[in-house]
Amino acid sequence: MILNMGPQHPSTHGVLRVLLEIDGETVVRIMPDIGFLHTGIEKTCEAKFYQQVVPLTDRIDYLCPLTNNLCYALAVEKLLGLEIPPKAQWMRVLMNELTRINSHLVWLGTHALDIGAMTVFLYCFREREEILKLFEAISGQRMMTSYFRVGGVALEPPLGFFDRVREFVGRFPEKVDEYENLLTGNPIWMMRTQGVARMTAEDAIALGASGPTLRGSGVDFDLRRDMPYSSYEKFKFKVPVAQEGDVFARYMCRVRELRESNEIVKQALDGMPEGAIKADAPGIVLPDREKMKTQMEALIYHFKIITEGFAVPAGEVYQAVESPRGEMGYYIVSDGTAKPYRVHMRAACLANLQTLPKMCEGGLIADVVAAIGSIDIVLGEIDR
Amino acid sequence: MSVAAAITDLEQLKGHPAVARLLEWNPASVVGVKFDRDEMTIYVDRSNLREACALLRDDAACAFNFLSDITCVDWYPAEPRFEVIYHLLSISKKERVRLKVRLDSSSLAIESLTPLWAGANYFEREVFDLFGIRFTGHPYLRRLLMPEDWEGHPLRKDYPVEGYR
Repeated sequence: MILNMGPQHPSTHGVLRVLLEIDGETVVRIMPDIGFLHTGIEKTCEAKFYQQVVPLTDRIDYLCPLTNNLCYALAVEKLLGLEIPPKAQWMRVLMNELTRINSHLVWLGTHALDIGAMTVFLYCFREREEILKLFEAISGQRMMTSYFRVGGVALEPPLGFFDRVREFVGRFPEKVDEYENLLTGNPIWMMRTQGVARMTAEDAIALGASGPTLRGSGVDFDLRRDMPYSSYEKFKFKVPVAQEGDVFARYMCRVRELRESNEIVKQALDGMPEGAIKADAPGIVLPDREKMKTQMEALIYHFKIITEGFAVPAGEVYQAVESPRGEMGYYIVSDGTAKPYRVHMRAACLANLQTLPKMCEGGLIADVVAAIGSIDIVLGEIDR
Repeated sequence: MSVAAAITDLEQLKGHPAVARLLEWNPASVVGVKFDRDEMTIYVDRSNLREACALLRDDAACAFNFLSDITCVDWYPAEPRFEVIYHLLSISKKERVRLKVRLDSSSLAIESLTPLWAGANYFEREVFDLFGIRFTGHPYLRRLLMPEDWEGHPLRKDYPVEGYR
């Protein structure tokens, strides 16, 4: 029998249609069908100035907009050969790790909800709300922050921001204990996740899986540690790896990552350097409002950046960062003008989704929901 | 703020393990090289692509065992019009390399990498969908993102940004 799951199924986290060929309760074949959210973002980017692409990158993945901002900004900075001041780099790490916590909290809540543990969802969203308030304080937006710009970050953090973050990270580990109390040792949770939707390390690599989906199968690889960017090499953190390759292993990886990200945020707060938050590159970085109103030169630069953009030397770069879901990569080709010739986003979810048949075929229908939840897909990123 | 000039001289880049391995195997497979902004690009001859990838994947000194990404760039109206781009990653060596194949608009077909990496499936379908490049040997080459009955390939440069109305 052929069964249609989605495109509006609540457990598909967006608009994913899955075609299931079933024999009784057993899944014989599974085929994801995507493209329902395709908006042609890559094409749109080609018609925008470099700085106008930043808000588009937010909209790829609503759970980790800052990771996308970061990846795009790093790629353009690499094309330009721009040096970023240390404070901006540390701010980026700090915000990026808060984003990771935010994304993992939504994943944990909805994943548990799919499998039938409703309480966790309410707990996770309680903490997520606090992070969104922090985002709002620093950028004016809860979700589509556009906070990282080419050349640095958009604004100085408001007064008392670091204290609020410090307060949050101080009590967050207890909250993770709370979630773990509800799930990790819970016999129902373990029965639904352990030994379910297994994938070996060889399969994970061949299918292009990355992030916790790869690490849950025992491959110890994290771009933050192994190919550091934005001064991640100055931070001390562990990369959680689990060997089993099942839903529970991926769950454990992400929950441990919550704690590690919390530690990174603490280190970023403790070691936050003083100095500028934007690179000294007139003509590329927008001048301060104050200077713009008092200095002729700044006004001219401001006018030119807004109306003409800035030219980027011809060339191409591929910049990858570790997003909460895996390897998020931006491939940008410049032809020397103020608009990118080609912007390609390597979506971690697109590759991770391909692991679904490997995980589910031969298993039960009920486990498909657990498997989809465990690869943490965001359809906006897959379809772009 | 400065960018060092790109190195395109094959003699200077011979020492790179991937280039060395490919040259040792078949000098005709390497059409050109480029080292720019700390990133290595190798232009590969179209007919040697799959074997070259298999070689880079299995060779111990290269070990590019992870296919990060496949994409394409349209250089319309220049010829060869398309560049298909492969980003390989070595998980053990923590290195990346970019392979490029140039395609003339008269013959838009290239070998599929699905026999080497099952994960090439969606990437190739996406390139087929948005650029109209055929991947020979692909198990299920159908549109991925656009509707099945869509006409044209939206990411080509001669396709208007607003679409046809």
